[in-house]
Amino acid sequence: MLRTTAILTIAALAATGASAQTLRWARAGDSLTLDPHAQNEGPTHTLAHQIYEPLIIRDVTGAFEPALATEWAVSEDDPNVWVFKLREGVTFADGADFNAEDVVFSFGRAQSENSAMKELLTSITDVRAVDDYTVEFVTDGPNPILPNNFTNLFMMDSGWAEANDVVDVQNMADGETTFAATNANGTGPYTVESREPDVKTVLVANPDYWGVDDFPLGFDRVEYTPIQNAATRVAALLSGEVDFIQDVPVQDLDRVKGTDGLVVKTAPQNRVIFLGLNIGADDLERDNIEGANPLADVRVRRAMNMAINRDAIKQVVMRGQSQPAGMIAPPFVDGWTEELDAVQPQDIEGAKALMDEAGYADGFTIQLDCPNDRYVNDEAICQAVAGMMGQIGITVNLNAQSKALHFPLIQNGTTDFYLLGWGVPTYDSEYIFNFLVHSKDGERGSWNPTGFSDAATDAKIESLASETDLEARAATVAEIWNTVQEEQLYIPLHHQVLNWGMTDAVGTEVSPEDDPKLKYFTAN
Amino acid sequence: MSNLPDATRQGVEPLDRMEPAEVVQPSRWRSIWDADVTWSFRHSPVAVVAAVVTLAMILSAIFAPWIATTNPFDPASLNLMNGFSRPGVPNAFTGESFWLGTDDQGRDVWSTILYGLRISLFVGFMAVLFALVLGVLLGLLAGYVGGWVETIIMRVADVQLTFPSILVALLIFGVARGVIPIEYRDQMAIWVLIVAIGLSDWVQFARVVRGATLVEKNKEYVQAARLIGRKPGAIMLKHILPNVLSPVLVIATISLALAIIAEATLSFLGVGAPPTQPSLGTLIRIGQDFLFSGEWWILFFPALTLLALALSVNLLGDWLRDALNPRLR
Repeated sequence: MLRTTAILTIAALAATGASAQTLRWARAGDSLTLDPHAQNEGPTHTLAHQIYEPLIIRDVTGAFEPALATEWAVSEDDPNVWVFKLREGVTFADGADFNAEDVVFSFGRAQSENSAMKELLTSITDVRAVDDYTVEFVTDGPNPILPNNFTNLFMMDSGWAEANDVVDVQNMADGETTFAATNANGTGPYTVESREPDVKTVLVANPDYWGVDDFPLGFDRVEYTPIQNAATRVAALLSGEVDFIQDVPVQDLDRVKGTDGLVVKTAPQNRVIFLGLNIGADDLERDNIEGANPLADVRVRRAMNMAINRDAIKQVVMRGQSQPAGMIAPPFVDGWTEELDAVQPQDIEGAKALMDEAGYADGFTIQLDCPNDRYVNDEAICQAVAGMMGQIGITVNLNAQSKALHFPLIQNGTTDFYLLGWGVPTYDSEYIFNFLVHSKDGERGSWNPTGFSDAATDAKIESLASETDLEARAATVAEIWNTVQEEQLYIPLHHQVLNWGMTDAVGTEVSPEDDPKLKYFTAN
Repeated sequence: MSNLPDATRQGVEPLDRMEPAEVVQPSRWRSIWDADVTWSFRHSPVAVVAAVVTLAMILSAIFAPWIATTNPFDPASLNLMNGFSRPGVPNAFTGESFWLGTDDQGRDVWSTILYGLRISLFVGFMAVLFALVLGVLLGLLAGYVGGWVETIIMRVADVQLTFPSILVALLIFGVARGVIPIEYRDQMAIWVLIVAIGLSDWVQFARVVRGATLVEKNKEYVQAARLIGRKPGAIMLKHILPNVLSPVLVIATISLALAIIAEATLSFLGVGAPPTQPSLGTLIRIGQDFLFSGEWWILFFPALTLLALALSVNLLGDWLRDALNPRLR
């Protein structure tokens, strides 16, 4: 009897699983944490977007749309103040009301020490609740692009955070885990039914979601499974085990396109892939040169840049699915120019001459740290780079590992040479400068382990937030980019192209930030 | 083999009687040629083919740097543009042609197989050697000393037998990865593999040697050695060991095939040989990413090589077991 019931239950579950209402979604890597302020990373934000909400959201095309705020404007009385009107009648998953107090709490949390979102909020000096549904943001100067910084800043319930002892942000770099890292209480369209990190996360539709009538919300149940292996992932899509994969391996595009009932949608991504170098250390720990840092010499960095054959990476590793880059900003970003993005052609002889001039004619040995589950063909790109460095005498030991192990190396500054991809949710150069160029000082530069530190550049970056004269601002941005290029601070590789694969039952466009927001999905 | 009884009789043939001086010369060769084992080998076509294949693979592994068309791990000679060349078809960008094609990094598959074979065989031989030395010593000790020494050794062996050996190897590999600092991991990976596979494989040797030792230790020659006062260590190594070796030889051959496959499995799972020193298993792991997209040769040729190698070593082991088994004569 018990057995029959069990079988019936399983059959019933299988039946629900097969219904059109469930979206089975896979991508290479998992979200790193459910704590919405502990990581500023694409897949982490993407999962958070289904559960938590920001004040302003970007829709599928990348355009602003009101989320928890209904309208916003610079105060008529004071140019240093932005006034946000909040949406009324919104509740968190646990039933608590969303109001101004939660906004003040969430921004305070996002500005706190362990937060990974600090760089986005550096210009804010005060966040104050005017009434239950009005919040004012005071900046240290007029900041015309302040709302650009809010699209990934999620709102938490202050009461829930206090009750569960998660007022402080989880400290990812130290490997801390907290209640908020494995549990969530947001206002978003879905709630977490179960979560096993790196295995499976099940989301169910939030019946009390404020936008139930405003959005398609095609799926009422979502099973999210990270599948790191490319062949396994595409096999899962081909065999109907999953309905939607966010990263169709480039070698399998034709195969997926040629399968009945499957669709591949392609769009350029707002993300650049590049190599970072430790140029600030006196001596590198993972090289074979004692008492000196070869990367500190700009000639060595230029030589490394010249050794890269970006066209070969595009043609062979990426199978045409990339756009070779000359700067570390995607074309979506304000401050990007065609001249800066001009691609350095491979020049082995020139590179060798520079190495010789720098005193490293015999080359050196260095370790390249690389993720293997984050970007399109990340490990293969690193292998190709290792080969190209070998051509100018630099022996590269490749350390490819999961992003959960790779990113702490960058944030703790324990890497000499690494691969990183950077997306720009604000569509503005300042975001790149704040995270990647400004020296690491606790407030800015949290993803800048290069050790590059230049007071003049730092001052220019800090001035951007309050510069209201857009022409002057653009000029400063251009100056900073010139410094970045002249110093060869980074070695740009390419801009990524997105390939989403899905069954024809799934209806969506490709968002340039690779962050599917499932409330916009339709079930066909 | 020199004391085989009918060797001299076989050597005495009418033709040889003409030149007596030469009767002595070929007799040593002939005695090997006519030995039971050799005779059974000559009359087993399977064994001959298996031996030829195995030998050919060992030789190509040893002479890989001379046979291979390129050194696939010398970055200076690589051209990424050669990536994904089909076997025998000139590359669309560079016009170069590779008879087994190239992989995703533009490495010649033929050359990577030769170099991969080196790692696979080296790991296989060293792991078996490690397991053999460990297993034989512990087996001798258990069989000869007996008592609590035997109990401890054989119970540990029994416990280990209840786990699949690949699990044991994975465990050892995981521990080693945690202990070894990251900058030495790549250099140490091969040795860790050898220890991991060797440690998961010693039990069979120990059990067989213990059994044989139990039989031998009560024989008169051992008692005689004991009576004249030889030390236990000397008795074990000089008197018993030579008499328990023939089953060890059979197990060693079959273990070699298993060790090669275990290494390939670990490398396929991504915990074995690093991409900078790829074994056949690593090559297969790389190749399987490209199966769906139709670049079959990256996986197919390394897999075929592994299959041929494991099969022929296994067949050799089977044949050797039959040939050395007195009951089957």
